[in-house]
Amino acid sequence: MHPAPSVILFTVLSGLGFGLLAFLGFGFPDVSGWVAFTYFFVAYALAVGGLLASTFHLGNPQRAIRAFSQWRSSWLSREAWLSLLALLTMGGYGLGVIFLDIQIATLGWTGAALSLCTVFATSMIYGQLKTVPRWNHWLTSAHFLALSVTGGALLAGQIILATVLLLLTGLLQISVWTQGDRRFAQRGHTLGTATGLGDRGSLRMFEPPHTGTNYLLQELVYVVGRKHALKVRTIALFLMSVLPAALLLFLPVVHLAAGLAVLSHLVGVIASRWLFFAEAEHVVGLYYGKR
Amino acid sequence: MTDLPPTSEKKLGLVIDLDTCVGCHACVVSCKGWNTENYGAPLSDMDAYGAAPSGTFLNRVHSYEVQPDRGHAQTVHFPKSCLHCEDAPCVTVCPTGASYKRAEDGIVLVNESACIGCGLCAWACPYGARELDAAEGVMKKCTLCVDRIYNDNLPEEDRVPACVRTCPAGARHFGDLGDPDSDVSQLVAQRGGMDLMPEQGTRPVNKYLPPRPRDTWQEVDILAPLLAPVAQESKGFLGWLDKALERLPGSGAQTSDQDPTQHRETN
Repeated sequence: MHPAPSVILFTVLSGLGFGLLAFLGFGFPDVSGWVAFTYFFVAYALAVGGLLASTFHLGNPQRAIRAFSQWRSSWLSREAWLSLLALLTMGGYGLGVIFLDIQIATLGWTGAALSLCTVFATSMIYGQLKTVPRWNHWLTSAHFLALSVTGGALLAGQIILATVLLLLTGLLQISVWTQGDRRFAQRGHTLGTATGLGDRGSLRMFEPPHTGTNYLLQELVYVVGRKHALKVRTIALFLMSVLPAALLLFLPVVHLAAGLAVLSHLVGVIASRWLFFAEAEHVVGLYYGKR
Repeated sequence: MTDLPPTSEKKLGLVIDLDTCVGCHACVVSCKGWNTENYGAPLSDMDAYGAAPSGTFLNRVHSYEVQPDRGHAQTVHFPKSCLHCEDAPCVTVCPTGASYKRAEDGIVLVNESACIGCGLCAWACPYGARELDAAEGVMKKCTLCVDRIYNDNLPEEDRVPACVRTCPAGARHFGDLGDPDSDVSQLVAQRGGMDLMPEQGTRPVNKYLPPRPRDTWQEVDILAPLLAPVAQESKGFLGWLDKALERLPGSGAQTSDQDPTQHRETN
């Protein structure tokens, strides 16, 4: 799949933002006033910024409001509603925390739950697609949620929890990659099943439909950069998990360590998300002899 | 609503004969021609006269080569367009309701004025049947020429999809696959029509007729009986002459089953 920068930014930034909002909703860290304002500002900047980035890849963004209409059947629509509800609920909770120094626990917990549900809905936009076997698994949701909660813990300054989560998420990431590598073959999609000609002998593409490229090849059959996948995986894992955990464990200056850890984690997650798209094989590639 | 409608009784669709298709791409051209100037936004081309042209097509013809265990390889031309699936994943993923399946005849369509161009329906389609138009930013797909098949202004023979009307090989058939007695359903039953990628669970309405087995080639020489020697042994005068000439010396070069020298010795 084509790793569009807008979609990478959307999933990474909104994931982090809603992760932080979830922690704030549960009352971590326990702050008020200007400090609370800063935390909420960062969370909203990330969440809203990510959501705005997602509109950049639309063909007709002026109609984006229509995406709220199909919540009964579409995960994309559900994500739109959940994100709106989460932002509104946490907004109400945040106002109380910042200006009145009161924590309305029910509101906070509801907002936190909605924030995590938003991230789950985002993950299901990809996880629901049978056409991309690498994504079509509960691990996709686990991966998105784990990254969101880990990033949230990191941003919320929950040092011990963040360290543990960073390492656990690293292990989950390895599992996502290794299991994902095998899933296309496990699902049994081949040029033979795609054309129905599989039982007649060995099959190969003789001629593509056009000599040039097309939307399908650019969007769904992205193969650029696959040869560096292993290197990018190593870098991503190091930056998103190993290095930030090490910084938190071994750097004595807490604020500096946390700042560097956040930066490293962010770059690592972006690399991981780039791979999430770039390595995903859509079954339509079979028709083009590309799988 | 992008919920799928209850299974419609009428299931309009195409039956494509992989045995008959000659891969001429006439259906591709006629489809682009009709659909670029009728229903919805035109099918744009990008850099049409430049170094890297590309464009939106609703129908594309692939070609594959099958090499059986024995015998010659076979080329199969493979036209591919929307299969108007009964369980269409492109419909349910749509966040705006622009992508829908008609309850009355099962045609899958896009309401372009509600399409935000997110591309998720193209991601959900296993067959590559949907293409986002680069100029309009809306999703384009086969409409089964919905503006032809019900069009009373056209002569009756033209009330079929453009690809079917134009196919010079008669490889494309249009009809109601929900009616077991329709011509297309009969054809599918007779020829073992198949679904593409059935393991995706999309239950396509369009069916593909597999190539029929090739005729076996038996070496038959129809002239052989006529070329066999007619006169095995001469009789009468010619017979006497033949024997007399054979007795003369110098007849060793003559074609004969027996060696003439040996013949003389035995006499």
